[in-house]
Amino acid sequence: MLRTMTTLTKDQVLHIAKLARLTLTPEEVDKMTKELSSILNYIEILNEVDTTSVEPTAQVTGITNALREDAVKPSEAKPDDLLGASPLPITEHQIQAPHAHG
Amino acid sequence: MHTDNMLSSLTISQAHEKLKKREITSVELTQSCIDRIESIDKKLNAVVHRNFDRALEEAKKVDDSAEWNSALTGIPYLAKDVYCEAGVKTTGCSNMLRSKDYIPPYDSTTTKRLSAAGAISIGKTNTDEFTMGGSTETSCYGVTRNPWDTNRVAGGSSGGSAAGIASDEALFALGTDTGGSIRQPASFCGIAGIRPTYGRTSRYGVMSMASSLDTIGPICKTVEDLAIVLEAIAGHDPMDGTTSDRPVPKYSGALKKDLKGVRVGLPKEYFIEGLNSDTEHAIREAAKILASLGATVTEMSLPHTKYALATYYVLCPCEVSSNMARYDGIRYGHGVSKPKDLLDYYQRARSEGFGTEVKRRIMIGTYALSAGYYDAYYLKAQKVRTLICEDFTNAFKNFDLIISPVAPSPAFKVGAHVNDPVAMYLEDVFMDGAVMAGIPALSVPCGISKEGLPIGLQMMGPQWGEAGLLSAAYAYEQATEWHTKKPAL
Repeated sequence: MLRTMTTLTKDQVLHIAKLARLTLTPEEVDKMTKELSSILNYIEILNEVDTTSVEPTAQVTGITNALREDAVKPSEAKPDDLLGASPLPITEHQIQAPHAHG
Repeated sequence: MHTDNMLSSLTISQAHEKLKKREITSVELTQSCIDRIESIDKKLNAVVHRNFDRALEEAKKVDDSAEWNSALTGIPYLAKDVYCEAGVKTTGCSNMLRSKDYIPPYDSTTTKRLSAAGAISIGKTNTDEFTMGGSTETSCYGVTRNPWDTNRVAGGSSGGSAAGIASDEALFALGTDTGGSIRQPASFCGIAGIRPTYGRTSRYGVMSMASSLDTIGPICKTVEDLAIVLEAIAGHDPMDGTTSDRPVPKYSGALKKDLKGVRVGLPKEYFIEGLNSDTEHAIREAAKILASLGATVTEMSLPHTKYALATYYVLCPCEVSSNMARYDGIRYGHGVSKPKDLLDYYQRARSEGFGTEVKRRIMIGTYALSAGYYDAYYLKAQKVRTLICEDFTNAFKNFDLIISPVAPSPAFKVGAHVNDPVAMYLEDVFMDGAVMAGIPALSVPCGISKEGLPIGLQMMGPQWGEAGLLSAAYAYEQATEWHTKKPAL
C-alpha cells in the first residue's frame, strides 16, 4: 500500500499546543515539528492493515456498567487536605483561581 | 560491596520464615534495607523519596504484635513514585508535582492492601515522568543507573523499582506496566516482574497514564515472591470499575506444577532482524529447557505483531492527552504567579511543569483526537487492536504459553536514545502485543550477555491465566540459576 509522508507545519504545531494548553518556545516548536512528524510517519504503518468491517476495541475485560449502590460514604480525603494541595490562595475555604477574562 | 548475609538480600519467602521463627525482627530487616539504600543508592538513584522513620515505626508495631498471618507481614518494600500513600510525598517524578511536593490525602488500593497485610513501605522509586518513557531518563530527578553497569539505564519506566530490587534495597517493589514498564526494567536488571491481566489489579490511587492500558504489578527477586505479592494485591476493588470480581487464586500455593504436556508457542514474528544475538540465543536456550521439562515447544505465528507498537503509540498518547488535562495548576501541582488570565495561568503552569516527553505525548494525542483526524488515527488503531487481540485469542486455543524476548537487546547506555523518540519507542516492540490484548505477561532472568548484562525471557499467558503463567515461570526458574546472579556493586 502507498505510504504518504505526514509532515506537520509549524502553524499546525502551534495550533495543537494551544488546544493542549501548552506554550512552546521557538526551539520547542522546531523540535516538536520534526519529532511529531517522525512519530506520525511511523504510525502510518497502520494503513497497511485492512480493517474493513473490523469492530474497534476500547476495552478487553468485557465488564460493562460496573454499578454500585448510590450511597454516600465518608471520603478518606479530608477537605482541608485537598485544599492544602492547591498552589493557589485559599479564600473562605475555596481555591481562588485567576479570572477567566483578565 | 555486596554481602550475602545482608538481611535485605533475602527473598520474601525466606524472610517470612525467619520472622516467624523469631530469628530476625521486622525492625532489623527494615533497617538493613535502609542501610543498603544509604550506602549504595547514590550510585543508582533508584529511591527518590525516603520514609525511613515512618517505616521503622510500622516495623516496630509489627514486631510488637508478633502475628505473621501474611507472608508479607513485616516485609519492607518500595513503591514507584506514582502510588499515592496518605501523608507520603508522591510526585510522579514530575516537576508538575515536585514544585509544591504533592502529599496525597488518601491511599492507593494496592498500598492499602499491602499495609493491611503488614508490609512496610520504606520509600518511593524513580520513574520516567508520569511513567512515560523506557529508561527513567525523563524523570525530574535524573536517570536511575543499572546496578550491573552504571553507564547503562535500568530500563523504565519502573527503573527505580527494578534497580532497587536487583541491588537488594528492599525485598520487593511495586511498578506499573502500560507498554512494558515492569517487564523491560525487570529484564534489564536481572529480576522478575509481572504485568497482570488488565482488570486483575486495581489502579485506584495510582497516577494514570493511559487508563485502558495501565496495570499494577510487582517486581521481585523470585517468581514465588511475584505470586505472594500478586495474590495480596489482586482482586475486585469498588473504587476501580475496571477490576474483575472473579476470585483470586492462591498463586503461591499452586506453583509446583509439572510442565508435561504444556504447549509453548514461539512466535516467529518476535525473532526479527535487529534482535541481539545474545538475546536470541538465551531465548532459544530457554525454549530448550522448557522442552526438557516436558513442555512441547512449537514455532507459531502472531500475524499482527508488527502493528502493536504503532497501535500503542496512537492509543497511549490519546489517553495521555486526556489524563494529563487534570494537571492545570488549580487543585494541585505547579502554580505560577501574576497570570494575565486563566488561560495564561493554565498554559504557563503546564509548560513549566511538564517535561519534554510528556509534552510530546500530549501533542501527539491532541492531534490524533482533534477534529478530522479521529477516524484516521484513534479509530483505526482501535480496529487494529481488535486484530491483535484475535491473534492471541486464536493462539491460546492451541497454546498454553507464548514465550519471546522482553526487549530486542540488553540495557542500553544512558543517553543512547534521548534525541530519537522513535528509537526509544522501538524498545517496547515485543511488549505491546500483550498490552493490546490485556493478557498477563512476565519477565524472568534467562541469561547474561557477553557484555555481562542480564537478559529477560517474556512469558505470556491467556487472559486471567496468571496461575499457569507463574507456575511455568517457577518451573523454568527452578531449573536454571539465572535468578541467583547478583550485580557486583
